[in-house]
Amino acid sequence: MKCVRCRTRAEVYLRAHNAAFCRTCYVPWFRRQVERTIAASAMCTREDHILVAVSGGKDSLALWDTLAALGYRTTGLYVAQGIGAYSERSRRAVEAFARGQGLPLRVHDLEADGLAIPTVAATTHRPPCSACGTLKRHAFDRAARDSDADVLATGHNLDDEAARLLGNLLRWQIAHLGRQQPVLEPRHPAQVRKIRPLALLSEYETAAYAFLRGIEYVVDECPHAAGATQLLYKEALNRIEADSPGTKLAFVREFFRGARALFADGSSSGDGPPETCTRCGMPAYDGRCARCRLLETVARRSDPHAA
Amino acid sequence: MRVHLHPQRRVVELSGRRTVAALLRELGVLPGTAMVIRRDTLLLDTETVEDGDEVEVRHVISGGAA
Repeated sequence: MKCVRCRTRAEVYLRAHNAAFCRTCYVPWFRRQVERTIAASAMCTREDHILVAVSGGKDSLALWDTLAALGYRTTGLYVAQGIGAYSERSRRAVEAFARGQGLPLRVHDLEADGLAIPTVAATTHRPPCSACGTLKRHAFDRAARDSDADVLATGHNLDDEAARLLGNLLRWQIAHLGRQQPVLEPRHPAQVRKIRPLALLSEYETAAYAFLRGIEYVVDECPHAAGATQLLYKEALNRIEADSPGTKLAFVREFFRGARALFADGSSSGDGPPETCTRCGMPAYDGRCARCRLLETVARRSDPHAA
Repeated sequence: MRVHLHPQRRVVELSGRRTVAALLRELGVLPGTAMVIRRDTLLLDTETVEDGDEVEVRHVISGGAA
């Protein structure tokens, strides 16, 4: 099979686009898709300082590499989760990438806060992915505020968005459907705009980009991810995609273009703008933010005489 | 041929010539969910692998993130 651009041997065939590319032509194609997604939702400009949340995986490192190559001013943000050897490998991958590209990196260590994910999950009896999500969102918001970033970018890809959309539809989560979009405006003075520039690029497409760019990402999965519901939805969608290429892209793209608006009605969105956490100053819904409540629970259960 | 599966860290020994698409079917891997790599090059579904090859099948699906 030949590259659709230069007719040399192709290395990547994208069934959803019915197009094949060699490695030289694939990289600019991928970057153009990211640029288009950014432009379509007016996500950011080249004057913005973008904080890129990086995990050491293919998506976030491909995103950081692409944004930097496109001329955006970026700083990486790595949140160390304290998940043993997995977190150590992830941190090394992120630090090596930043060093190799000469890009600035911030590290937020949850373990130093006494909030390593395994500790939090064990003491609060919450699923690790749920505790991790709460703590990472808080760390992202706080780092964005403290670094004077204008925008926070995450590496959520098409498969993530499709799985989330399917999950929201299966349970008719109207409020969640109304809020699912590739750009989220801040709802609190301590927040910045959040963007997902890879929202229309599949996991295969980001993995191929990372591989062809020689990015040394962590291939291993988080040990807590096995059995996550999101993986079940991804597999169901990939079974459909195998027989009907392009379905995932149409599902998500057309939702963003039109169908989402049907769920975005203010009366169905549930909660109003957040309050301010009395402890840390970040967004909260019940006096204290979810992270500070977790911190208090961990402290109380670790030492019943404290707090 | 020797097939290295990642991130499972499993190695499978197979013999005989087959297309990449057939190899993935045999391993129960859905199209578009793994990269097939030989000597630092990505292989397309239509290409063939054969005895003596060292091939990596690297899954690309991640999950569990909030």
